[in-house]
Amino acid sequence: MRKAPLVGPIFGTILFPFTGIPAVLAALTSRRLRTTDRHRSQVAAERARNLTQYSIGLGLTLWSVLLIVAILTLNGGAVRSGFFDLSAIWDARETIWKGFKVNISAFMLTEAIVLVWALVVAVVRGLPGKAAAPVRFLATAYTDVFRGLPAILVIAIIGFGMPRAGLPILEGFSDFQYGVLALSLVYGAYVAEVYRSGISSIHWSQTAAARSLGLSHSRTLRYVVVPQAVRRIIPPLLNDFIGLQKDTALLSVLGTLEAFNRARIYANTNANFSAFTGVALCFVVITIPLARLTDWLVERDQARMRANG
Amino acid sequence: MPFIEMDEVSKRFGENEVLRGLSLDVDEHQVVCLIGPSGCGKSTLLRCINALEIIDGGEIRIDGERVSGSGVDLDALRQDVGIVFQSFNLFPHMTVMANVTLAPVKVLGMNKHAAEGQALHLLERIGLAQKAKEYPDRLSGGQQQRVAIIRALAMAPRVLLLDEITSALDPELVSEVLNIVRELALDGMTMLLATHEMGFAREVASKVCFLSDGFVCEEGPPEQIFTDPAEERTKQFLRRIIEAGRL
Repeated sequence: MRKAPLVGPIFGTILFPFTGIPAVLAALTSRRLRTTDRHRSQVAAERARNLTQYSIGLGLTLWSVLLIVAILTLNGGAVRSGFFDLSAIWDARETIWKGFKVNISAFMLTEAIVLVWALVVAVVRGLPGKAAAPVRFLATAYTDVFRGLPAILVIAIIGFGMPRAGLPILEGFSDFQYGVLALSLVYGAYVAEVYRSGISSIHWSQTAAARSLGLSHSRTLRYVVVPQAVRRIIPPLLNDFIGLQKDTALLSVLGTLEAFNRARIYANTNANFSAFTGVALCFVVITIPLARLTDWLVERDQARMRANG
Repeated sequence: MPFIEMDEVSKRFGENEVLRGLSLDVDEHQVVCLIGPSGCGKSTLLRCINALEIIDGGEIRIDGERVSGSGVDLDALRQDVGIVFQSFNLFPHMTVMANVTLAPVKVLGMNKHAAEGQALHLLERIGLAQKAKEYPDRLSGGQQQRVAIIRALAMAPRVLLLDEITSALDPELVSEVLNIVRELALDGMTMLLATHEMGFAREVASKVCFLSDGFVCEEGPPEQIFTDPAEERTKQFLRRIIEAGRL
């Protein structure tokens, strides 16, 4: 039988002595009895393992909390009053909310556009036959380029460039609309890849079954492949949408008066950063439900798979 | 004139030559069983007939009309040629009813009500009418395969291809599927089936073809193939089947 290790319990003692010391003692007991009483030695070793896990888990949590408290209170509470001044957040609530409504409409509009646009791109990338080669290439080039470009750059290029390009229709867009267009292009490329992976994850036999019933390529996609793919891609899709929600703050580079921009104005005029914290809270509050929804969907899918297996 | 004619058909996957100049005829209302060792090309042959695999050489004709090569309307061909797969391949996101009615409605343009009436009729025939609203994952393998068969039948195909349809089933579920095939045979459905169920092949087949190395090594009435095979390879194959207790 292996000797009960001591490194873990000692590390645990440093982090959280209340369970760390008993862990060390149990490990020593296990070592002492190793040759004489095998059974009790094993029991002690297991106790040492459990206590070590508790020590590390509790210790890391405790120290993290202490660190945060220290950051907030050190230097006369400068961080607390500068960033977490509740009265300042309350004071800025109207301007924050006014700005955040812009973020909300930006990401909702972009999400709606992206859902359709990305599917079109994904389907074009999967078109069969030689005749479709040029459009396939175009779709591939689009996803490659726009996934590689920083979102802020695309927003700047479109938001600053388009108004000067003098193109019909596009010329008259507002900054907000340019921003939505830019975000749709960037996230369309990401989500097209998500769709594509979903489509290719549907087993070939499903396509074979549909085609053998006389369904055309497009009907097979529409009735058989895409409906199954969409179910599978909901988690990664929501993940991308969380990213998108946050990136609406980038519209500020165009001067759009969204939450981040308004918080900056507030911070500059009042010499207090708490408005940023208020904006941060807004983003977190809308992201958490989406993140939990994603978790829940993943779990549900896995549970269903186990049930089928 | 034979209903299905395969003429010197060849098919390769990369280096692997699966069908090597295979010729085979199936008459109307005939049940032709394909037997042979794994990898001999049974499944590929079936998939070539409804163009799920595109052949590299030779020609396939159905009712005198060429259905391989260029200029063939594959979607129309597949309406006439139904196939049932080893792994059922039901659409998991659709109810049994939706599985059966999808193609009649979307491809044949049947109205939904009529298609559902027909589907219900077919489901009754296989004793699964009460499962119409269930999803496939709530059905046993045997039930799923029976649904897959009537999904193909709902298109009123002129030929039915059955690709080892009982190989993925638990032994006690095999008979419920074979009974349907037996009934279809009595109804005069033209069928071409790849199978490992030798007893069944012997019972329902009008003709048995032994495939080996990508061509038809020997063919004939079941009694002759199973009791008095001429080719050495057929004899070897059958000896192994008998050793395994499968005949």
